[in-house]
Amino acid sequence: MSHGERADRFTADRARAAWHDAALWHVRERRDAAARSVPEWEALRDLAADIKARTLANLAGHLEAFERNATSRGAVVHWAADASAHNRIVLELLRARGATRVVKSKSMLTEECGLNPFLERHGLEIVDTDLGERIVQLRDEPPSHIVLPAIHLRKEEVGELFHAHLGTEAGLADPTLLTAAARVHLREKFLHAEAGITGVNFAIAETGGLVICTNEGNADLGTALPPLHIACMGIEKVVPSLADLAVFVRLLARSATGQPITAYTSHFHGPRPGGELHIVIVDNGRSDLLGRAEHARALACIRCGACLNTCPVYRRSGGHSYEAVIPGPIGSILAPVRDPERHRSLPYACTMCGSCTNVCPVKIDLHDQLLRLRTEIVTAGHLPGRRRASRLASLLLRSPALYAATGRVARRLGRLLPGLAKRIAAPWTSSRGLPDLPKKTFREQISSSEKDLSHR
Amino acid sequence: MRDLADSRVALFLPCYIDQLAPRVGFATLAVLRGVGVAAEFPRDQTCCGQPLANAGCAAEARPLAERMLRIFADFDYVVCPSGSCTAMVRHRFADLLGPAAAALADRTFELCEFLIEVAGVDTFSGRFPHRVGLHHGCHGLRDLHIGTCSERAEPAADPVGRLLAGIDGLELVGLRRVDECCGFGGGFSVEERGVSAMMGRDRLDDHRAAGAEVIASIDMSCLLHLEGLARREGAGVRLMHVAEILAAASAGGEG
Repeated sequence: MSHGERADRFTADRARAAWHDAALWHVRERRDAAARSVPEWEALRDLAADIKARTLANLAGHLEAFERNATSRGAVVHWAADASAHNRIVLELLRARGATRVVKSKSMLTEECGLNPFLERHGLEIVDTDLGERIVQLRDEPPSHIVLPAIHLRKEEVGELFHAHLGTEAGLADPTLLTAAARVHLREKFLHAEAGITGVNFAIAETGGLVICTNEGNADLGTALPPLHIACMGIEKVVPSLADLAVFVRLLARSATGQPITAYTSHFHGPRPGGELHIVIVDNGRSDLLGRAEHARALACIRCGACLNTCPVYRRSGGHSYEAVIPGPIGSILAPVRDPERHRSLPYACTMCGSCTNVCPVKIDLHDQLLRLRTEIVTAGHLPGRRRASRLASLLLRSPALYAATGRVARRLGRLLPGLAKRIAAPWTSSRGLPDLPKKTFREQISSSEKDLSHR
Repeated sequence: MRDLADSRVALFLPCYIDQLAPRVGFATLAVLRGVGVAAEFPRDQTCCGQPLANAGCAAEARPLAERMLRIFADFDYVVCPSGSCTAMVRHRFADLLGPAAAALADRTFELCEFLIEVAGVDTFSGRFPHRVGLHHGCHGLRDLHIGTCSERAEPAADPVGRLLAGIDGLELVGLRRVDECCGFGGGFSVEERGVSAMMGRDRLDDHRAAGAEVIASIDMSCLLHLEGLARREGAGVRLMHVAEILAAASAGGEG
């Protein structure tokens, strides 16, 4: 099934699609206001893009420096080539300490690696502690957004879910009361956790420190209580220095939600006294992406979600319609680069409006990459029907006579047999009326009055 | 205004305007004539290849781009009543043809850009007593920088707004979302038809809520999509290309 077919299911519920669109448009408006509050915003984006380009050009060097400095602060660094290596490392760390109850703050990397189902299969309890993440975990579905995991759900649906799982009163839909219920439920999980897993927003090569940004403080609680902290990060999360970090911290929350900074921007430099800090650095296809000149810039992504919020298609099709770990414009690059056949419709879930490229805080050429990906997918033979149709169209359009004749036949058909034309053009006419078809084209009309129009 | 009497100017007419809305081609010629430019229409032109390139069929689009280079080789300026097709020539031809594309790219202008930047029109006078909603086509806005994008923190030139602002009686209405995409997107309009239709209806609603009698755009492709949706819903709003408004305004008011 293509993205378009899945999106049609989402838009079939007009009220829900409209509400989803409005909720995310509101986030984009907040982002716009935050961006305008910083006079040097566009220069900041240039700077961030430049830092990312320089970092990715010597990624191995920065990662080795990070490992050295993190190790000297008492952290243990592990390297994972792929998702299964990552999951095995995490499981072994937990098993070696007899930990069976684990809390985890937000991490798209662990989603990508399928860590939760893996640990559950091995008999461990893993609880997502970000409120939105906990909601989708209880519903047994993936997050639909990288920053707002449960944005596809209404408060009434959360109320039903909490009634079933947390024993809240039936029909409760007050966000404050629902959040309070989640807080009680999660507090219990925090108190009994034997290990805390977190993602990583930035790893600072120069200091060996990690920075984790949340709005709920759940990463802090999840690492302050249990003795073991496992931080999982992709190789692209490293930034060279604290000065570089400052640029990204200014951009991240403003781009994501319009906040000047996340409520918690926590630095972890080595383990806390009496605790252990393990950092798992994961490749899982990232160095392949780095080697693809046309798409390497996608690796600069800091997962702010701004491209999702501004995308008119994402807003009206919902994150699940992408059937990829990361939805929206950036996901429509990352997923097909990895598996072009399976995700071949994603680069087409785009009108080429280009708004994603304009909001991206690290200036990834998102819509240009989506266009190039289309060509790569067609060239690889994954859309043979489209290729055949384009070959025919190209032949017709190379001949002014054939072009004119085809147009004449089509317009005549539309005028004389509108019913048939409507059926042939069903993908267009399913929601649109046919235009009034002119008897003569511009070129047919101009031939009779050409003298008047040409001065030579 | 600059004297372009010694310049050869070609009209590059998008294929869908030729086939479905020839009146926009004539309006474009009339507007150009009004500023002293007699544009020629090279008859070999068909389509710039954008639909094929956007479908991912670059190999099939390339010969069409090459044709364009040949057809317009002898002109000083190429003027096109479409932001999208102009952006194709100016930005995407380089992907297909490499540095050879620059020769045509540098001489190709969207109509309103041409009027302000090349022909040196300062204000456009005329009369068009209607409430107009301006729909920004995305390629004109974000690829050609015609107008300021709502998500960019920096302002850009606004040739369309400047031309319309000089017209007597024309009132530009304020939209809630000033530059949201209409959802046409070429092949997108049929492959993603649910989202495409919803995007278009949302645009129509925004313009209607703002009290627009006419929705204007420099891109007829957006307008044909919106018109099809409006027609299905029986919505009472007119869709006009900016060239048609300019031509009607100079002719004295009613178009």
